[in-house]
Amino acid sequence: MARTTRLTAVATMATTMLIAGAAHADATLTIGTVNNADMVRMQALSGEYEKTHPGVHLNWVVLEENTLRQRLTTDIATHGGQFDVMTIGAYEAPLWGAQQWLKPLDNLPGDYDINDLFPNVREQLTVDGHLYAVPFYAEASITFYRKDLFAARGLTMPEQPTWQQIREFATKLHDPSHGMYGVCLRGKAGWGENMALLGTIVNSYGGRWFDPGWKPQIDTPPWHEAVKFYIDLLSHYGPPGPSDNGFNENLALFAAGRCAMWVDASVAGGTLVNPKESTVTDKVGFTRAPKQMTDRGSSWLWVWSLAIPASTRQFNEARDFILWATSRPYLQRVGERYGISSTPPGTRLSTYDSAAYMNTAPFAKVTFDSLKAVDPAHPTLLPVPYKGIQLVSIPEFQAVATLVGRLIAGALTGRGQVDDVLHTCQNAVERTMKRAGYYQPNKAEQP
Amino acid sequence: MSSKAKTQAERLLAQPATLMLFAWMIVPLAMTVYFSVQYFNLLYPNKSSFVGLENFAYFFTYPSFWTSILNTVLLVGCVLLVTVVGGVLISVLVDDHFPGQGIVRMLLISPFFVMPTVAALTWKNLLMNPVSGFFAWIATSLGMTPVNWFADWPLLSVIMVVAWEWLPFAILIFVTALQSMDREQKEAAQMDGAKAWDIFWHLTLPHLRRPIAVVIMVEAIFLLNVFAEIFVTTNGGPGDATTNVPFLVYTQALLEFDVGAASAGGLFAVVLANLVSIFLVRLIGKSLTAGAK
Repeated sequence: MARTTRLTAVATMATTMLIAGAAHADATLTIGTVNNADMVRMQALSGEYEKTHPGVHLNWVVLEENTLRQRLTTDIATHGGQFDVMTIGAYEAPLWGAQQWLKPLDNLPGDYDINDLFPNVREQLTVDGHLYAVPFYAEASITFYRKDLFAARGLTMPEQPTWQQIREFATKLHDPSHGMYGVCLRGKAGWGENMALLGTIVNSYGGRWFDPGWKPQIDTPPWHEAVKFYIDLLSHYGPPGPSDNGFNENLALFAAGRCAMWVDASVAGGTLVNPKESTVTDKVGFTRAPKQMTDRGSSWLWVWSLAIPASTRQFNEARDFILWATSRPYLQRVGERYGISSTPPGTRLSTYDSAAYMNTAPFAKVTFDSLKAVDPAHPTLLPVPYKGIQLVSIPEFQAVATLVGRLIAGALTGRGQVDDVLHTCQNAVERTMKRAGYYQPNKAEQP
Repeated sequence: MSSKAKTQAERLLAQPATLMLFAWMIVPLAMTVYFSVQYFNLLYPNKSSFVGLENFAYFFTYPSFWTSILNTVLLVGCVLLVTVVGGVLISVLVDDHFPGQGIVRMLLISPFFVMPTVAALTWKNLLMNPVSGFFAWIATSLGMTPVNWFADWPLLSVIMVVAWEWLPFAILIFVTALQSMDREQKEAAQMDGAKAWDIFWHLTLPHLRRPIAVVIMVEAIFLLNVFAEIFVTTNGGPGDATTNVPFLVYTQALLEFDVGAASAGGLFAVVLANLVSIFLVRLIGKSLTAGAK
């Protein structure tokens, strides 16, 4: 009899533990993200989230941008189901949302305050009225310059310079024998690297990727002028080996005080004014991205956002996490812990309503102005059939811009004349677009 | 049980293994063939359709296609030349007894055991880096401007890395082959007044003919597939200066997500490797019969 009681007791205990376990269902969220500073901070702060959400474990996969994109794309396209939360950009979110690869994020709780998100930014992540990702940070491209060098030479940076003015400043400030380069720009091949910047230069020279009939426009005068200008500028007044430099390499160069000017993502402002990461904290000035013959499309818009793939089995936990990481309290928490200028920028209007933020972060105003001014729906001087400033929102764009970016990076190192390279690009892009059925004489053959 | 029945039973028992091996080979190949005739962009799965040979036409007219063939030929050819010539010379050098011979031989062979990615990273960051690399340090110490290896001489740099990895393999084979060389014949030639060069040309080199053929064949097959070294150091660039056929297939598949064109390219690479191996098997066969005469 005693024995039976003991057995019953053990069984009851086991059952109780099982039930308790079920109530605290352990969920492990696999989060794929980029190794940019703001995401690294999110990872560091996520311990606090785990403490307030017992049973939820966060498994981080932090990769370099290109590698992450490959992993995420192959995972989501083959329904691999490896990730519960994905960090994706303004290019992927609408495409993947339209494919139903992402879970829509409808009916968000009221305290999330969805109307506080930048309308421009929210628009980027919305397809047919459904939000498919929440913005983690957003950036426009702006011009960084060294106020001290400009003052020493008696130069004044206009509120919005032209590319020609940037070139004139660069000729005066370029001093390679003292390790100072006139201008640092992205040269590393890739649609998200050199083509992001070059896309905005081409736009400001009046160029575009496609005409309304989807015919590629690469072999046109604006492209030739813009690419020749870019290669001339960077090879004469840039750092050595510019074809190796992407965003992070240029950020390191500028933070080390080696560049007089740099045109890149506004999000770099947070790093450049942080004394732990930069030697030029009080010497750096911020102004709008350069224009040339037009202002339209001269500054890009990119949004890093968090989305939930349709293949996840832990939608509620994942949604809870991404709402936390993009909420107003989270932004405030980052400010408290890392300094107010490290607050993830460009997503919430309330950030820019805060006098403390506007006074502490010298790049806040130009970021705000640029983000308000950019218009991805009308990115170029001439009409285009696509949305997106430094990107074209079609699946074929990766193929097209990867190829063009690679050939232009080659031209930057002196392999091929710009005219030949652009002609080759035009033919290659035409082939890709015809093959994908965008513009064929015989419409019936379209897939 | 009769012996015939026994053989039959043995055959039957071997069937599952044979079948599995066959599937192991044929399933990926069949899938590649299938995808090579489909228009299939990974980002656009709903749009896939049968397109016949269009993917092949697309791959062969890709702007970097001929450059990639040329780069593949240059890479394989130069590395073979360096490893065979260098391998023969070095192995003849370390063939005669000298103090520390064992250690020197081990050091000569050790680079072969370094993983390709590690070798590439070591060369890129520790040796060839134009600012902090060892070569740059030598150049600045001598008052010269350091060479920006991977930007100015990309293909040459990749060839250097790959040759460094494969030279030990050639040395390993040649040193082993030299052990079996007839010492008495060599001594007799020396007594007849033959110079070192004559001995090398008329005795050593003919003796090494078969090992050289083996080294060329084995290396050529592996060198056609060089990828990690390029991926780590130059990423196929600048431009397409270091894009070889495997790297071109990679750009189609994982940078452009064009599964169709990548499959077509993959099949082309299979055909290319087979052509090379048929050619080399003939060559080696000739060399073997010539050696037997």
